[in-house]
Amino acid sequence: MARDTAMAGGNLAIRLDGAVVALGGFPALAGVDLQVRNGELVALRGANGTGKSTLLRLCAGLTPLTRGTALVLGHNVVTQRDSVRSLVGLLGHDNGLYDDLTARENVRFVADLVGATNSDVDSVLARLGVDARVAATRAGALSAGQRRRTALASLLVRRAQLWLLDEPHAGLDSAARSELDDILREATSSGATVLYTTHESDARDAHPRRTITLAGGVVAHDVSPGTHATHMGAERAERPR
Amino acid sequence: MNMVLTIARKDLTIEWRTRTLLARIVPFALLVLVLFAVALDSEPLILRAAAGLVWLAMLFATMIMVQRSFDVEIVDSALDALLGFVSSPSKVFFGKALSLFVQLFALAVVLVCASVVLYGARVEGSGVVLLVTVLVTATLGLALVGTLYGVVVANMNGRDSLLPLLALPVLAPLLIGATRATEAAFGSDTIDVANGWAWAAILVVYAVVFGSAGAVAFAPLAQGES
Repeated sequence: MARDTAMAGGNLAIRLDGAVVALGGFPALAGVDLQVRNGELVALRGANGTGKSTLLRLCAGLTPLTRGTALVLGHNVVTQRDSVRSLVGLLGHDNGLYDDLTARENVRFVADLVGATNSDVDSVLARLGVDARVAATRAGALSAGQRRRTALASLLVRRAQLWLLDEPHAGLDSAARSELDDILREATSSGATVLYTTHESDARDAHPRRTITLAGGVVAHDVSPGTHATHMGAERAERPR
Repeated sequence: MNMVLTIARKDLTIEWRTRTLLARIVPFALLVLVLFAVALDSEPLILRAAAGLVWLAMLFATMIMVQRSFDVEIVDSALDALLGFVSSPSKVFFGKALSLFVQLFALAVVLVCASVVLYGARVEGSGVVLLVTVLVTATLGLALVGTLYGVVVANMNGRDSLLPLLALPVLAPLLIGATRATEAAFGSDTIDVANGWAWAAILVVYAVVFGSAGAVAFAPLAQGES
């Protein structure tokens, strides 16, 4: 109730009301109600197939909404999809890299598309620990961790207002995970909103200020540190469909 | 426009790195021309068929180039990532089509030169301007249709065989128009240059229609929306 009151002012990065997404006739999201404020760092947990990735893709304007409403940064994801795309950064399970371009060329390509400069590219590569040797290596020859860092650099250079990350810690060593957590916290400090998915076992990732658990395509638990869990849709989630 | 050029430059950089056009497609297309010449084994017949053989070889080469163009996009879901942030997905369509156009145009020039050497084709006077116009408009049509159908099959199983099945029937009017106009440019007895320009005009209309269709349909097709 306290959260609802705080959000009544419209300072929302994400607002989903009864969002349903049917993929091939199966309701991947079965009526999600969710509000995320600007500047929040939110972890999205849940078992495989509970709709975490679908929720991210919906917020990125990449998956059609079947029913309900979805507003992202004040834009309707159905009618203002192009506006949503330019404000949101999505990093999925795959890295979205071109194997025949070097790591730097991959980041430079994204930078050129969004109007960022060469110094921005150098800056994010350095921030992600991508050294000159790795930057000059074709993406197809990079290790999984180096590819992930390059993909994160491409995301960082875009300066998106809403970051949607699908298991961003996957493939990273402990040092890189720690750096990523710092970057996510920095992003939220500078006003961006971060929503990322993670496995339930990765409880320490990024130290989110809020954790949302999906089950059966709906929000089952919504927990902020120092507060009790809000059971929002657990009953519905357990209902056989 | 900058976004279109950036996307085209990216595709051309990848092509330059992998040398697919130079190492695989040009030799393949030249081999097709040589084999046709050997199979027909009649100088007057070869000369008469020269224009059609050039554009048939272009069609086959287009299928390979389109598949290559989309293979690099789907290996690591790069197209998905790209469409996730570009403000106008139609620019991705035009960027990829522009890159394909540049490569196909280069190939068309090589094949026309080869037809002069292998088949004894001749281009003189007003035929030169007509030929250049046909090369531009027909390769533009090939690039636009190829990019549109490339994204249709990009996420399908068996896309290698599906692409020609779906695209070749649609490309039949282009094959006819490009062949007739090129015949006119080659100074064929069966069609004069004035009629060749009429076919070239049809190629322009064809390119405009598929350019418009691609601009509208590319994003929904790429994202598998119904």
